[in-house]
Amino acid sequence: MINLDHAATTPLDPLVRAAMLDWLDDAGGYGNPASDHALGRRARAAVECARAQVATLLAAQPEEIIWTSGATESNNLAIKGALEFRGLERAHLVTTRIEHKAVIDTCRYLETRGVRVSWLDPASDGRIGVEQVLAALRPDTVLVSLMWVNNEIGTVNPIRELAPLLRERGVLLHVDAVQAAGKLPIDLAGVPVDLLSLSAHKFHGPKGVGALFVRKRPRARLAPQMHGGGHEQGMRSGTLATHQIVGMGQAAALAAQRLEVDAPRMKALCARLYAQLGGLPDVWRNGAADGAAPHILNLSFGGIEGESLRARLPGLAVSSGSACSSATREPSYVLRALGREDRLAGASLRFSPGRTTTEAEIDQATREVRAAVELLRGLAPADA
Amino acid sequence: MPAYLDHNATTRVDPRVLEAMLPYLSGPYGNASSLHRFGRAARDAVERARVQVASLVGAQPGEVVWTSGGTESNNLAIKGVAALHPGRVLYGATEHPAVMEAAEALGDQRTVEAVAVDGQGLVDWPAFARQLERGPVALVALMRANNETGVIQDVARAAPMVRAAGARLHVDAVQAAGKMALDFEALGADLMSLSSHKLYGPKGIGALVRRAGIDLWPLHHGGPQEKGLRGGTENVAAIVGFGEAAELAEREWQARAGHVGVLRERLEAALRELPGVVIFGAQVERLPNTVQFALPGYDGEALLMQLDRKGFAVSSGSACASGKGEPSHVLLAMGLSRETARGAIRVSLGVASTAEEVDGFVDALRVLGSAGRGAVAGA
Repeated sequence: MINLDHAATTPLDPLVRAAMLDWLDDAGGYGNPASDHALGRRARAAVECARAQVATLLAAQPEEIIWTSGATESNNLAIKGALEFRGLERAHLVTTRIEHKAVIDTCRYLETRGVRVSWLDPASDGRIGVEQVLAALRPDTVLVSLMWVNNEIGTVNPIRELAPLLRERGVLLHVDAVQAAGKLPIDLAGVPVDLLSLSAHKFHGPKGVGALFVRKRPRARLAPQMHGGGHEQGMRSGTLATHQIVGMGQAAALAAQRLEVDAPRMKALCARLYAQLGGLPDVWRNGAADGAAPHILNLSFGGIEGESLRARLPGLAVSSGSACSSATREPSYVLRALGREDRLAGASLRFSPGRTTTEAEIDQATREVRAAVELLRGLAPADA
Repeated sequence: MPAYLDHNATTRVDPRVLEAMLPYLSGPYGNASSLHRFGRAARDAVERARVQVASLVGAQPGEVVWTSGGTESNNLAIKGVAALHPGRVLYGATEHPAVMEAAEALGDQRTVEAVAVDGQGLVDWPAFARQLERGPVALVALMRANNETGVIQDVARAAPMVRAAGARLHVDAVQAAGKMALDFEALGADLMSLSSHKLYGPKGIGALVRRAGIDLWPLHHGGPQEKGLRGGTENVAAIVGFGEAAELAEREWQARAGHVGVLRERLEAALRELPGVVIFGAQVERLPNTVQFALPGYDGEALLMQLDRKGFAVSSGSACASGKGEPSHVLLAMGLSRETARGAIRVSLGVASTAEEVDGFVDALRVLGSAGRGAVAGA
């Protein structure tokens, strides 16, 4: 099986795994980080070390990192937390139609609670413009929630340009950076983002742990979403899972250290893929190639059905879109928002190579895709 | 290595549980929501664990919703019901902070009330019956076993009363699971919280058991996972670990309870020889591994520090509340004075606990006692 689905999840790095095992099998590693005895303090020290590692990846301060169970929780806490803290009455927020489900569903929920939401449409190349965001602002706008990198098509939003402009206007900026961490440099010392979501398992860390960056100066204030015990400065209660957090810290340290090697490699692998498949007739690249994230390539194959295509690729782990919506088997809402007709949106594949992907795997994958496409097109009625 | 006598705070992962988790911490097992083969293997493992957890607690697999732990389960249950049903929310006065604070966070428009308990920590039933009659109730939250005192609540007695009042019953069974018989169906509960790391499974994973037909509003929006109740990529390794821990607990809980029960008897017999000792909830049924007591005139926090230095890991009560210097709300609800409550020490035993640890603990207490109360009191 060739795994080109790293945007869905990544395998644990062996170093991350080793770091986690120290806190799962070690006789002294199981204390509750909230306990006031030696075992508790030991676990707490490991948690704080990991917090510093994640902060370093973002050029943030350790006390700006709040642990969560993953990006879904981070996104919920950021958006609901910010809006609830300011009050839902007469509140307005701006987001886009191509955010991750966790953001879209959270904003839809807030709409039911009376929050007014402006849903921005991307250009046909998937981009959201700075002017477009600014034009959507109103006097009652509390928050803009915008992903850094789109998970399906890999387009990069202009967070660096936008952040200072929103700061000037007193509007909070939440960034879902799940697909950006470890793929693009993130410098929160220089870019005035207020809230930023991360997920460990997208950069070779464990599933079930994530983080929310909450800026201290100026302080972004949130209403907690999980109560009980007052962990994480009262913003997120619940026993901290030491091994998970240690794993995320180690993964963040590796991601920071390897960024300059990993990003160009993934970019070259995607370019190789595109060079081999992009020349086939009736193949469309989804999302702007220019300035795209290094690790995601999304192609639509005209004239064939998505389900049949994937059925012909048993040796290839790729996704037709976000793993989170694949259970519904609907054509991707992201591609539809780009104006792709359902026929093309349905027959799209997202390729996402990872840290361990080789050129030989890319070549093998493209041979299989090419053969499947040619076979299916040969079977299809000529004018289908 | 210190003597670990704080198993109600957390437990060590059973080596067999870790063994079951390892394949999911190494292979390319993928995102359980993906359709391809990596994803299917993960999906199967998640569903197998659901059967294991359901079996431990007398529920159906389809009733088990994964969460990140007991706190999330309690928040999901309370906020999830309250978002859909008007009416008062009642919670036992000795509930875990995750229940109390989730209820108290419901907002100004919602009436939230504590259910009074007696001096042993048991629900004051006549008062509870009157409370239910005072107007519509959306939800009642009562814990199966208390995390501090170990006192076991007769939740099954509450169930028909709650039902007759048209309300739903939530049971925090985080401390009960794996330590005593636990049957969701027999209790008559509508919702029940579980946590893996209290029963020798990994931290960061828990479950909310939800009876079919009980509607909930999600806490985390996004994604179709867990039937739309709980978005987020599944933590496959932890889920598998929780499943294995549940299966082991189902097989071994009686042996475990026997082991810790003998040790606790030994401990309590020795404690009773200390002058003025008070054991909380001593007259009622408690979890076999737990004893919470106070030595009058001693500051619990200071005593804990001394015990820690001597290599004994115990707590005053909830690990979540530690370091806040506030006397236990559980003990105050039981009518104890702030002074007595401030002296509280909780010992919670586990499978690896030994008679030597128990004896050593009592010896350490005695030495600290004979050093004079001034040495620890009011520090």
